[in-house]
Amino acid sequence: MKFSDTLQFASGSLRGSPTRTLLMMLAMSIGVAAVVVLTALGEGARRYVVNQFASLGTNLVIVLPGRTETAGIGPGMLLGQIPREISLDDAEAILHSRAVKRIAPLTVGSATLSRGALNREVVVAGSTSDLLAVRHMSIGIGRFLPPGNIHESASVCVLGSQMKRELFGNEQAVGQWIRLGDRRFRVIGVLASQGESMGMRTDELVIVPVASAHQLFNTSGLFRILIEAKSRDSIEDAKHDAEQIMFQRHSGEKDVTVITQDAVLATFDRILTALTMAVGGIAAISLAVAGVLIMNVMLIAVAQRVKEIGLLKALGAPPKQIRALFFAEAALLSSIGSVAGLVLGYAGSSIIGQIYPSLPVSPPWWAVIAACGTALGTGILFSVWPARRAAQLDPVAALAGR
Amino acid sequence: MIELKNVCRTFIVGDQQVAALRDINLRLDASEYVSIMGPSGSGKSTLLNLLGLLDRPTSGTYLLDDGNVTDLSDEQQASVRRDKIGFVFQSFHLVPRLTAAQNVELPMILAGIPAEERRARVQVLMQNYGLAARADHRPDQLSGGQRQRVAIARATVMKPSVLLADEPTGNLDRTTGWEVLKLLEGLLEQGITLVVVTHDAEIGARAKRQIHMLDGRILSDEQQTK
Repeated sequence: MKFSDTLQFASGSLRGSPTRTLLMMLAMSIGVAAVVVLTALGEGARRYVVNQFASLGTNLVIVLPGRTETAGIGPGMLLGQIPREISLDDAEAILHSRAVKRIAPLTVGSATLSRGALNREVVVAGSTSDLLAVRHMSIGIGRFLPPGNIHESASVCVLGSQMKRELFGNEQAVGQWIRLGDRRFRVIGVLASQGESMGMRTDELVIVPVASAHQLFNTSGLFRILIEAKSRDSIEDAKHDAEQIMFQRHSGEKDVTVITQDAVLATFDRILTALTMAVGGIAAISLAVAGVLIMNVMLIAVAQRVKEIGLLKALGAPPKQIRALFFAEAALLSSIGSVAGLVLGYAGSSIIGQIYPSLPVSPPWWAVIAACGTALGTGILFSVWPARRAAQLDPVAALAGR
Repeated sequence: MIELKNVCRTFIVGDQQVAALRDINLRLDASEYVSIMGPSGSGKSTLLNLLGLLDRPTSGTYLLDDGNVTDLSDEQQASVRRDKIGFVFQSFHLVPRLTAAQNVELPMILAGIPAEERRARVQVLMQNYGLAARADHRPDQLSGGQRQRVAIARATVMKPSVLLADEPTGNLDRTTGWEVLKLLEGLLEQGITLVVVTHDAEIGARAKRQIHMLDGRILSDEQQTK
């Protein structure tokens, strides 16, 4: 018997009992769709987190004051010392590392902003011109903080896009003066709208030169140093160099923490991938259930078609061929079921994508292949027994319908 | 040509052995017309199943066209069945979801014959058996006589050397029954050995050679000369 004829005969017998066929396909496709949708959600969550990290900047190494240690309390803390702060000179020193492309020191605080009769508390970030590149921000109107001496406290500021709207509405903002605390600043630029990223709303920020911020808050310490490594490969070097430089400059005390964005990202990535696989695995159970259903219905089909099987045997079909016919039926059912399930799953994913536009929902390729593979596998595996039973029927008894 | 030598067939029912066939010796030549008659339980159906390789003898030898087919594997017996033996059943045994033409085509599909040849052979047969207009009808749209003619077409499409008919007129009224018998008898001219199992003496009497069975034995084996 030819392969194409086998397929044709099998599809004929599937069409011969449409309700049974449809129900089995439905079970199969729901299983596949469940895997696709659930893994798409998991993958969406993973990508969301990855994107958030990427929008923070690439190849980032971050220096923060204080040492987060799980191994106990440092001697300084017992004496009631607070960790030594990170100075602007520390930040500049880090630039000496060959692995470092650029740095942006960051000081954050809040101040009262006033313009005419308007008064409000705002978050002020002090930094340098490189912040724009390090943090992957882009300027909307005007220009960013001017490059130059890091210690120079120029009276200029850059507004987040929402801050600009609230203060100036549709008016021209660049060139206007605002007051922060007791100091006047000239607006030289407005950031392009960024949206939220990792909890920091750059849209509502006011950015001033770091030295000006220090004067404004009357401090000399930095909140963070953002370091951009030259490449992905030099992240570890940059981290090591930053630790060494801080160690030397702080007279042999490890009182800063250096973290890499990659390490944090990798952890999130691992957790979320594991989560996606777990959810996909749970959904795959429904595929196994569909497989058992297929076996059950196939067994009923063998019982119902006993006479037909007997006839095929009388007409000269060897056991091998009878088995092949039932396998073909199962394979057809599961592959059509899988395709229907994929369509259903992708439709479901895109609906979820419509509802939550910020979530990049799309099923990972491995889940799609695994779902279809499991569907085909279970379909064929669970048809082994019914097919064997059909092939072993005694033709005389089968023809008599016994 | 068929030859059975000392063929026995014993069934085990519960813990009892029931002999359905006892020491059968039989020789059928090509284009012979044989009827097998006897009351139910006499072993005529068992004999027919053995002849059709649907069942295996408990002991004895079965030669078909000078080849010993007794000990062939299931797969080999299936291919012998496919190429040399045709069946016609009392209840037609057509596949309900297939059209008349597709039912006739079925043995050729199983044999892996190319589609063009299949179509040509089906067309010729449907024409010969007066079924051309009914080719696309399903069995439930056909009369009993038409169904049996489709079944005969299916049994002969592989050009078998033996045609085994088990009560071929049992489900038909008298007139259609005769028509079907005439069709079967027409096949003798093509060199087919025709074996008809029946308990209707009138139908059995039409065969040149009449075998009567009782209790698993051949009671009489008469050759008519007319």
